[in-house]
Amino acid sequence: MNSRIESLRKKTIQKQVAVSHERAELVTSFYKTYVGMDKSIPVQRALCLKYILENKKIFIDDNELIVGERGPEPKAVPTYPEICLHSMEDLEILDNRAKVSYKVSEETKAIYKEKIIPFWKGRTIREKIFEAMEDQWIDSFNSGIFTEFQEQRSPGHTAGGELIYRKGFNDLKKNIGQCLGDINFFNDKNGLEKQEVLTSLDIAADALIVFATRHADKLEHRARGEKDFKRKAELENMASVCRRVPANKPETFHEALQYYWFLHVGIITELNPWDAYNPGRFDQNLYPFYKKDIENGTITRKDAKELLCCFWIKFHNHPAPPKVGVTAMESNTYVDFCLINLGGVTKDNQDGVNELTYLVLDVIEEMRLLQPSSMIQVSRKNPDRFIKRALKIIATGFGQPSVFNTDAIVQEMLFHGKSVEDARIAGASGCVEAGVFGKECYILTGYFNLPKILEITLNNGLDPRTKKQIGLKTGDPENLETFDDLLDAYKKQLEYFVDIKIKGNNIIEQINAKYMPVPLLSLVTQDCIKNAKDYNQGGARYNTSYIQGVGMGTITDCFSSLKYNIYDNRRVSMARLLDALGKDFKENDILLHQLGQAPKYGNDNDDADDILKIIFNAFHELVTGRPNSKGGVYRINLLPTTCHVYFGEITGALPDGRKKGVPLSEGISPVQGADRCGPTAVLKSAAKIDHLKTGGTLLNQKFLPDIFKDEKGLQSLVHLIRSYFKMDGHHVQFNVVSEKTLRDAQKNPENYQDLIVRVAGYSDYFVSLTSALQEEIILRTAHTDF
Amino acid sequence: MPENPYVFKIQKYSIHDGPGIRTTLFFQGCPLSCHWCHNPESRAESLKINKEEMDKVSFALMEEIEKDLIFYDDSGGGVTISGGEPLSQPQLLFRLLDQCREKEIHTCVDTSGYGAAGILLKAAEKADLILYDIKLIDEKVHKKYTGKSVDLILENLKQLSRQKAAVRLRFPLIPRVTDTIENIGRVIVFLKENTIYRDIHILPFHKTGEGKYLSLGRKNYMKDIQPPYREKTAKVKKQFESNGFNVAIGG
Repeated sequence: MNSRIESLRKKTIQKQVAVSHERAELVTSFYKTYVGMDKSIPVQRALCLKYILENKKIFIDDNELIVGERGPEPKAVPTYPEICLHSMEDLEILDNRAKVSYKVSEETKAIYKEKIIPFWKGRTIREKIFEAMEDQWIDSFNSGIFTEFQEQRSPGHTAGGELIYRKGFNDLKKNIGQCLGDINFFNDKNGLEKQEVLTSLDIAADALIVFATRHADKLEHRARGEKDFKRKAELENMASVCRRVPANKPETFHEALQYYWFLHVGIITELNPWDAYNPGRFDQNLYPFYKKDIENGTITRKDAKELLCCFWIKFHNHPAPPKVGVTAMESNTYVDFCLINLGGVTKDNQDGVNELTYLVLDVIEEMRLLQPSSMIQVSRKNPDRFIKRALKIIATGFGQPSVFNTDAIVQEMLFHGKSVEDARIAGASGCVEAGVFGKECYILTGYFNLPKILEITLNNGLDPRTKKQIGLKTGDPENLETFDDLLDAYKKQLEYFVDIKIKGNNIIEQINAKYMPVPLLSLVTQDCIKNAKDYNQGGARYNTSYIQGVGMGTITDCFSSLKYNIYDNRRVSMARLLDALGKDFKENDILLHQLGQAPKYGNDNDDADDILKIIFNAFHELVTGRPNSKGGVYRINLLPTTCHVYFGEITGALPDGRKKGVPLSEGISPVQGADRCGPTAVLKSAAKIDHLKTGGTLLNQKFLPDIFKDEKGLQSLVHLIRSYFKMDGHHVQFNVVSEKTLRDAQKNPENYQDLIVRVAGYSDYFVSLTSALQEEIILRTAHTDF
Repeated sequence: MPENPYVFKIQKYSIHDGPGIRTTLFFQGCPLSCHWCHNPESRAESLKINKEEMDKVSFALMEEIEKDLIFYDDSGGGVTISGGEPLSQPQLLFRLLDQCREKEIHTCVDTSGYGAAGILLKAAEKADLILYDIKLIDEKVHKKYTGKSVDLILENLKQLSRQKAAVRLRFPLIPRVTDTIENIGRVIVFLKENTIYRDIHILPFHKTGEGKYLSLGRKNYMKDIQPPYREKTAKVKKQFESNGFNVAIGG
């Protein structure tokens, strides 16, 4: 690491995260001036973005090579009052909470009180959503049956494709012009609507060009005053890059990186889409530029690496937007889920690993930053040494990169009806969500609490926590005579809640389609221009909505325990179990011990794993293929982020012996500590899920550092990964840190400020996690060999 | 996992008991009583399996073994039969080796060499690789630390060599017992004079058995002994290498 990178890295790590009121103030001024203006909503939104980008502060850091900040300075995080409005109380919580705080200055508080809150109260998307939801939805939401992704952030989970590396915004503007000319006003009843959308895209293109030009101007100004000869030349070069992109298509490695970065900042300024905006198949998209520059001798490997390091720091400068309400209290990460994809296959189905792939892995290892996240896509075509190189980074214990199965992703996409070439350029964004980069709008709509629905079933529709009858009356469980009767009752409740969720989702999608178009994101997502339709209206080539099942391990062990103890062996009566659940197993150690003897998921035991398949298929059949409101369909994936902790808090004692409030199992990992037969058994059990029917599953494996210490250990992990992927497993991630270290970090957090661990689909600072999550991570069984 | 009195543990994802990813079956019962044994729970006498039980037991074991086929195939792994002393239960040993061969599953037998020559040689024919412990050459010292004479073990190894059986030698590096320059020197001389084997894996002493001694309430001779230093292990490796051996550390 050279001194430039070292100092930039130090700065971004040490800089305190703060809330910036800049964007909120600009948006408010814009709407105050233009409210009731004679423009369509898409055009208003585009003009709003342009207004922000024309007026926001331009920040250029000393010695940086890639420019563009969302806030007035690094780690100053804007808010999005048109989506979700922070109250004064929220700002206080953010400012003062012990972990993952966002500093809020007195000035920001004053501006919020006087200007932002009075204008936006009653006008936000969040309020529109809650107003539009029926009582059943509100009750289920409050009970913790599901969460809602769109209540605080706009739809996203989308990654950039190859488009921007082939076209400049001027080219896209030309396309827009042609499509505008093609609108047939004689017989197209949506002609006007299309015209407004296309116009909004055109304005959004101008907005980002203006933003780049303002950077070019400032860089030139800086260059003129710069005494240092070398820096002066750098500033001049950066200015000329900013003059060229995004207006023109990039020609050099530097231009390609800067183009992407402007787009990234533009999209996360336009709104706060989930998972920011992902650079997609990074090594593949950038490789042609790298190759050309190296061959022409216009860049050295060292230069390219330095540019990449600067690029990495830009991601780290952009923490996730702060949440509101309960989530402001609990939400505990700065990570915004940008996931760099490396490896995999090319569009024409060749090994996608190239020289740049390895260079980027070097950068990941050296930068060791929380953001961006990184992953490797592993196809059977990729070489072992690629996996080993990644494992050596994983071995250092910061949870990156995670490992994905390209061959499974391709099949998942084909199963979703995508073309084979599009399937090959797919990847994973966010935690593990698969999608066709640059061509698909795939929206995560909310986590779905599968074990909680069992609790509701065992209480005949009542939620014991809220004391509300939120589910169906499927009967007193003591009268359910067979295991199948119980399963049927569960499936009925499941269907009931899935329906509530999907109905709510469809209304929310339409609210976003109508009130919150995203012209810039639409501009770069194929085929929004061609379809003359916004991203939020279904303009993308593929439109998928996801519901994320949480607690697969827990629900499997619960049903296994019910089957084994109550129905098959009649060792425990339902009445006794229900009584014990109500008392949270107090003074019931004998019963707990009995329940614990049932077969458990994660041990390659068909008695348990067959139940997993039943639950998975029930959920899959109830969701997959249902139409969403954008012309696409619903699908499932199985990932929790940190929601298994929240869902655990609001779920009472369960038949597998889990006590009230304890986190649910995470992703498709077994219940913490339930897997007793080592990693091969876990992988076998996990592979009994039909991964190809999902859009992503998340499996966490914890290993002690020993396993990585020699060649045989590394090679065995390569085989472990290859075997899991042969069985069509979607993803696996490794947490490599000893329990002793984690315990010590709990006791002496001051010594472990930089300890990064894998949480669930992303890594985070261990000391920033809540103690519940810390315990959860320690409990995940560590595998070792003897 | 199947429970029976013949196998006290099944360890999946074993990566230090032969090539690739393996499932290791630990047979109950061992004639030796090595001070450093890390599986003290296997000390009980081995049971003789009767014919009626054989099918049931071997079926359950094979079912468990075959669960990890995909991992064996990918890594070039298979099954290791360890113990205890596998030679003490020849009927079950032969049955499993035959069934694995039929299913094309690679097999290793991890033995102390203390058993009837006939059984050992037959096992060597049925298995793909014998993992053979060579610990001490001196009769007195061997008796002191393992409870049994070394003659049979050395004689058996000569026979294996004459039969040109596939053998990987394993040398447990036990501080203050096997790690003396003299002992290692004698091991080298014995191997060179009597066998064709020149590949040896050094297994440094480790303390994973410590908890077991506590919970079993058995005397732990190794309580105050620490695992060998890396430098010591490297030195021993060199001593073997300078005498023409190929040496690896670990299984």
